[in-house]
Order: sequence, then C-alpha cells, then structure tokens
Amino acid sequence: MTQSISVNGAQHPIPNDPRVTLLDFLRHDAGLTGTKKGCDHGQCGACTVIVNGIRINSCLTLAAMHDGDSVTTIEGIGTTDNPSALQRAFMEHDGFQCGYCTPGQICSATAMFEELANNWPSDASGQLEGKIEITGEEIRERMSGNLCRCGAYANIVAAIQAVATEKGS
Amino acid sequence: MSAHLKQDEPDTSNRLDNMRQGVLGKPLSRIDGLAKVTGTATYSAEYSPENCAEGVLVTATITRGVVTRIDKDSVLSMPGVISVIDDARLTTRAAQGTADEAPQQSPRTVCYWGQPIALVVAETFEQARDAAKHLKVIYRENEAAPVSPDLVEPKEHEDETVRQGDLARAMSDAAHSVDIAYTTKGHASAAMEPHAAVAEWDGKKLTVHASLQMLNFNITELADALDMDEDKLRLVSRFVGGGFGSKLGVSEETVAASLAAMELERPVRVVMSRQQVFQCVMRRSETTQRLRLAADKDGKLTGFGHQALVSNLPGETFAEPVLQSSHFLYAAESRELKLNVARIHQMTAGSVRAPGEAVGMPALEGAMDVLAEKIGIDPVELRLINIPEEDPEQGLPFSSHKLAECLKQGAEAFGWDSGHREPRVKREGEWWVGTGMASAARVHNVSEAKARVTLKPDGTCLVETDMTDIGTGTYTILAQIAGEMLGLEIDKVLVDLGDSQHPRGPGSGGSWGAASIGSAVYVGCKAIREELATRAGTSEAELELAEGRVVGGQTLTALLDGDEISEEGHYEPGDIKDDYTASGFGAFFAQVRVNHFTGETRIDRMLGAFGFGRVLNPKTARSQCLGGITWSIGVALTEALEFDPRDGHLVNCDLAEYHVPVHRDLPELEVVLVDERDPAASPIQAKGIGELGMCGGAAAIANAIYNACGARLFEYPMTPDRVLAAMPE
Repeated sequence: MTQSISVNGAQHPIPNDPRVTLLDFLRHDAGLTGTKKGCDHGQCGACTVIVNGIRINSCLTLAAMHDGDSVTTIEGIGTTDNPSALQRAFMEHDGFQCGYCTPGQICSATAMFEELANNWPSDASGQLEGKIEITGEEIRERMSGNLCRCGAYANIVAAIQAVATEKGS
Repeated sequence: MSAHLKQDEPDTSNRLDNMRQGVLGKPLSRIDGLAKVTGTATYSAEYSPENCAEGVLVTATITRGVVTRIDKDSVLSMPGVISVIDDARLTTRAAQGTADEAPQQSPRTVCYWGQPIALVVAETFEQARDAAKHLKVIYRENEAAPVSPDLVEPKEHEDETVRQGDLARAMSDAAHSVDIAYTTKGHASAAMEPHAAVAEWDGKKLTVHASLQMLNFNITELADALDMDEDKLRLVSRFVGGGFGSKLGVSEETVAASLAAMELERPVRVVMSRQQVFQCVMRRSETTQRLRLAADKDGKLTGFGHQALVSNLPGETFAEPVLQSSHFLYAAESRELKLNVARIHQMTAGSVRAPGEAVGMPALEGAMDVLAEKIGIDPVELRLINIPEEDPEQGLPFSSHKLAECLKQGAEAFGWDSGHREPRVKREGEWWVGTGMASAARVHNVSEAKARVTLKPDGTCLVETDMTDIGTGTYTILAQIAGEMLGLEIDKVLVDLGDSQHPRGPGSGGSWGAASIGSAVYVGCKAIREELATRAGTSEAELELAEGRVVGGQTLTALLDGDEISEEGHYEPGDIKDDYTASGFGAFFAQVRVNHFTGETRIDRMLGAFGFGRVLNPKTARSQCLGGITWSIGVALTEALEFDPRDGHLVNCDLAEYHVPVHRDLPELEVVLVDERDPAASPIQAKGIGELGMCGGAAAIANAIYNACGARLFEYPMTPDRVLAAMPE
C-alpha cells in the first residue's frame, strides 16, 4: 500500500529513501520550496510547518514518519493573489529583510495563534491556567524558536500584534 | 546610449527634492515583499534544472598538511554515487570582498581544520551526504601549526599606523586619562540562507545560480578560479538570504558546483551544511585592543591612542580594520594608532557586518564612558565637546557631520538623564537597573556603478543591473528613485537585479550599495529626462513629471510616440573620495537590567539615532537600523566564536552553540532618523545604513551594565559569568 502525506490538501507519496526528512521531502519531492532549510538541525526554525495543526521543525522529522498526516506549508497559508492577514501584516510592518526566515516565522505565528486561543501557557505567561493575554513578551517568548539574522524581530512582533488586535476586535 | 557622471564636486542641487512624483523618501512597503511572505521568492538552491545531481563538500580533519590520497573507490560503489571531484581548481577559502581574483586553490594543501578538499556527487542529497562522510582521505600532517594569536609574533599592518604629537606625554600631562585593554571574540555572519549554488553547463556557457553579494566581482573571481573567460559565465542571484559579508566573495560551493557540472555534463547543486558555513567561509577576527585617552580638566581630549591585535591565515590580505572610525571620530592633538596582525591556522578571517567598527567602536566607546566617569562629566557632553571641526589626522573637511544632532535628538527621545551618574542606584527586586550610551560611526563608501534604465513606449520603466538585494531593500529604493525621476508610481517600475548579464553595479557590501547604484539609476534617469525634455520642448531642469505625464502636459506614452528610451547610467566617485572624510554618525541609548544573583543582562529598551544622508525609504532604512541594533545586542551579550586551542577548529559551529539574538532578547526598539543631505557622499546625497546601526551599540549596553550593577567589564560578550565575577559584593 502506498504511503502518502497530504500537503496543503494534495496527496504526495512518501519517498523510498527512509533518510529523507520531512523538510527535504517538501522542498524536493513535493517541489514546495517556500519552506526553508537554514540549519537542518532544529536550531533556526526556518523550516517550520504545521502538521495536524501543530507547528514543528520539518528538518527534525523524517517523511516516512508522517504517513496519513496533514501538512500545511507557507504555500497553503496564502497565495500571491490571496495572502493571509499575517502575510499582509508582515509586508506592511516590514517584518523581514532577506526573507529567508519569513515563511517559517509566518507558519510559526499562524500556529501560535491557535496555541494562544487554546490558552496554552508559556514561560512568559503569568499563570498556567486561564486565559492568556497576547502581550509583546508572550509573542517574543513563543516566537523565539524562529531566528532572524537580519534582525527584523521588532517588526515581526509588530506584525503579529497587529493581526492579534484585528482578531481580537 | 549611456550617461556618465564622475563626481568631483559636492552636489548641493538636491535635485531629487524638487521632483514631483513624491515616492522617494516615503515609507513604502517592499516591492519584493509579496514574493517573500508567500514563499514564492526563489533562492539559489531552489532552482531545479532537469537531471540535477547533488554535491556535498568533504572537509579536512587536520589543521595543516597535505592530502596524500583520496580513495575514491571507498565511495564510488555506494548507491547513487556519481563522482568524487578533486580538481586542483577547487577553492579552499571564500574570496575576500572585492578580491576580483580567485581565492586560494590547491585543495590538497590543507591550511586549516574544516577546509574543503573534495566534492562527492550523487543522484540524491542523502546519498551524497552519506558518501561524503565515508570518503577515505589520507593526510600527511605537519606538526607545528600555530592556531592562537598569542603563540606567534604579530606584524604591524603599516597602512593603519598613525603617530602625531606625543601621546606618552599627553597621557602623563593629562588631568584625566584612561589606559584600558579590551578583548572581543570572533563573530560569524550566520546568514539564514546557507551558501548554495546550482551550476548548469550547456557545453558553451556555464550558468550558476548562487547566493552572492557582489556579482560584479564574483564573476571575475569565478572565471579566474575556473580558468575560463568571463563571457562564458553567467551568475544569477535574484534573492539572497542574507549576507553580512559572508557572501561578498565567491565561496567554495560555487566553484565546486561549477567544476562538477562541467566535468559531469549535467547540472549540479551544492549547498553547504550550516556547520560548513560556519567553518569554511569567514570569521570576524577576535581582537585585543588598548585604548589610551588623555583629557584636560574640562574633558577635552589631548591624546588618543587605539591599538589592536587581530588574526588571519598566512597569505590573506584582510585584517579586521578595528581602527577605521578611530581615525576621525574624536579630536586630539597627540594620536597613536596601530594595527597588528597575527598569522595563525584558523579558518579565514574576513568581513562580517561592519568590519572594523563592529568591534573597534564598542571598545572605544566603553573607554569613553570610563573617562566620563573619571572626569565627572555627562557622557553625552564628553562626546559633544570632542567632535572635531575637520578630520583630525588628514585635515580634510567632513562631507557632512550629524553626530551632535544624533546625540542631542537621541538623548531627548530616550529621556536621557544628564545629571550626576552613579552605579548601583536603582534596584527592582533581584534586578539592578541602569542606563548607558555610546556614539556610532561607520565610514561611508561609494563606488563605481552602472545600471540600465529603459522607459518603455507604454510608459513603464525597467531598471537592470547585476546589483543584488540581500534584504537591504535595493529592489524597492531603485524603483523609488526611478519613479521619482520619471514621474511614475513604483508599480510602473520593474527592477531586475542579480544577473551578471546586466550592467555592473557596485555589489552589496560595506554599506555602499544604495548610494552607489542609486546614483547610477539617477544618472540614467537624468539622461532619459534630457530626451523627454527635448521632446516636450523644455529643459531637463524645468521638466516636471508626475503620474506618467508632464505636469499640465502630455502623457509619457504620447511623448514617447512608440519609442523606447534606454540609457545606461554610469556613476563614478571622483575627487569627492579624496577631498572629504565621509561617515555616517549616530548615538545609542540603552536601559538594561542585570540580575544580582545570576549576572544575566536583559535589555529593557534601546534607541538609536542615526544620520546617514538622504533617507530613501524610511521604512526599509529603519529596518536596517533595527537589524544593526539587534547585532549590537549579540556583540554585547552572547556572540562568541570558540576555537579549540589544540587544532584551531571552530567548536561552536552551529546556531545552537553560537548564540545570535532571538525574539525574546529584543526589547522595544526605537529609531530616530536624523534629517541630512550629504552633498559629497553621492549625487543623491545619501550615505550607507546597512552597518552603522551596530557600530558602537554594544558599548551603550556595556556602559548601562556598569551603571546598573557596578560591573565594569573589558571583555565582549558580557556573559552572565563575567558580569557576576565583576560585580561588587
């Protein structure tokens, strides 16, 4: 029986070589190069994708481990014709410079909103239970797995906060 | 047609201020932004020609010696393996910025641990990576190879030496003086996109998509390395995932991919691993510095001494220019500057963002804070009273000088308290809280550049140059300049960058990109305006263009009447380079908190005020400043390359162990853009901003650490262990 992964709603067969990471599978086999390889060791977050609703570093897992899983990549979050609110906010707030970490930042922030909506606490949260307030510090803590060497952090946080405010209102 | 401007005189006409479109100087969003946020911007490794093979570099596991044998049979029978490339033309170091010739080759001679020696090519990346790990290499190792600067006798880098007056005398006569040694650790560029190249050979022409900053130099470097004519090569770098100096020169993967593609007659992709990027591209040298400052009773500097020891491999011409801004930042009659270089067998030292000032300014500005305390003067005031009227060494006028404005506007915006300063005054729970400041300076460079500007019959414009956009915003500011000059909204301007088939720009590096290539586009547009003015029956000076038409007159389309006007703008700095000292200036202000028990420093808030000539786009310029401040935080608190003292190999060669700032390390940042037009910087009155934001910022943090908790440190980075050890009981 062929094993496959659903990527942005389309089925892709899992490659034969068991060494292929989910990241290389996305970039090479599925031809979706929006997901970036920055370190291949789970240190930079450029390869962040959303698997079954949860953000992960796609370089730290093998494609073969994801039979039947549903993966959302930057290509599934928005398109050039119809970018998501976060994608638009990143443009407006200049939340990037070279752009290489950007898809990872946006995938990460997209999934982070779900974590916040479900009141998952973080190191920056005042308490372990109850509603989490979306503060700048909360966003910074939760986004710290996504490195940006250009140093666009202040603008990335501004973009995320703008969308958080939009969602709240 | 082409138009040439060699700038011998300052340009005070400020022509761009009198244009009518109103797109220049506006905070417009990047024109390449949509591609970047949707993942559709294509970086070098992402080009996938048919039948592309995958190459992985093999690197040396000795420090110095010779590769006596590469046992290709050890991997050729492994699944998918196609070839082991050990061509003598493989390069073993990245070229230095603006080298314009091949870097070190002869891969069988090993000069540092981690040096590339061969390339394994296979059908898939996984196969190539596995085979590269299994390749058997036999070495003959040389015994003595000094790997630490304190093990060798350094040599003076004589171009940097300055001796004016009598510094020893000034020091002994001074009412107040400081004599301090500082150390800074090595830094890595650590651009997010690893170095990558995809090479294709059609039997006549080699096309390489590579992640490079300066195609205008890189094509010569690659041609020299391959021993081929430049006209048989094409380099393409549409999107570059950060550079920070690491992609200035052609590096090992580009040459290796090229050689493999020609030998195998099929496309080859080579992407460095993150560890390889760290170990075989460029490091910023560690430094040991000595600052001697002598002042009279009022704080006027009478003596200024700055010397530094840096290191590099034997044969490399680059020496971290630590003293670069020290030559002109502060006036003092007696001056002594000296740069020494130690030759050691660590990986190549080269340009990392703001070479020189990135580490020289944190030491100088730390010493200025110590001096201010000794004198009992506000540190802002100490800077203000020592701003020179002219370049104190060369006697040249400054092209434009906004340090005083930056200090004043920055202090006001930050809410700087200019009163009596004392450390360990404010404590909140476990945390000591304090403030600090520092000046910023970064030399302004501008260089020759060409760009073709074409006004199409439909009234749209095309700008073409081999210039790159490494995240700085080049695509956008060139559209703004052309739009402003030709009366077009920026969506009517197509900017085509990063292709060596286009006219040669200046390359992205040394913060000279915007002023240089912006001037070339300006020159090209001006020539097009001449032609349009003739057609409209007026003069270029009086021609007013906006919204695709002559103001109150014909549309461009009607004026063009089916013609296309194309001009190659060619800008060259002339006498302005020799007649003025040009620099960007600024000021940093920081508030930090230091944990009494752990020595951890957190930054509460930080502000930078910068003057760098005309601001072409305040949104992207501010982003450059934010990036620089972020790097300042890394220099101050976390970034340090650690080398094994036995074999000189880089130990912390990845992003888990080399600590760049992350989201939570960044506080609220504020940037003040100080209004300036610098007529001798470029005909568009702009200077560079890519590096200024990190030239001194680390000292503002260091000085704030002292003000907060009383720990006066002379070593960067100021990690918790060091802060704790220096904190008074």
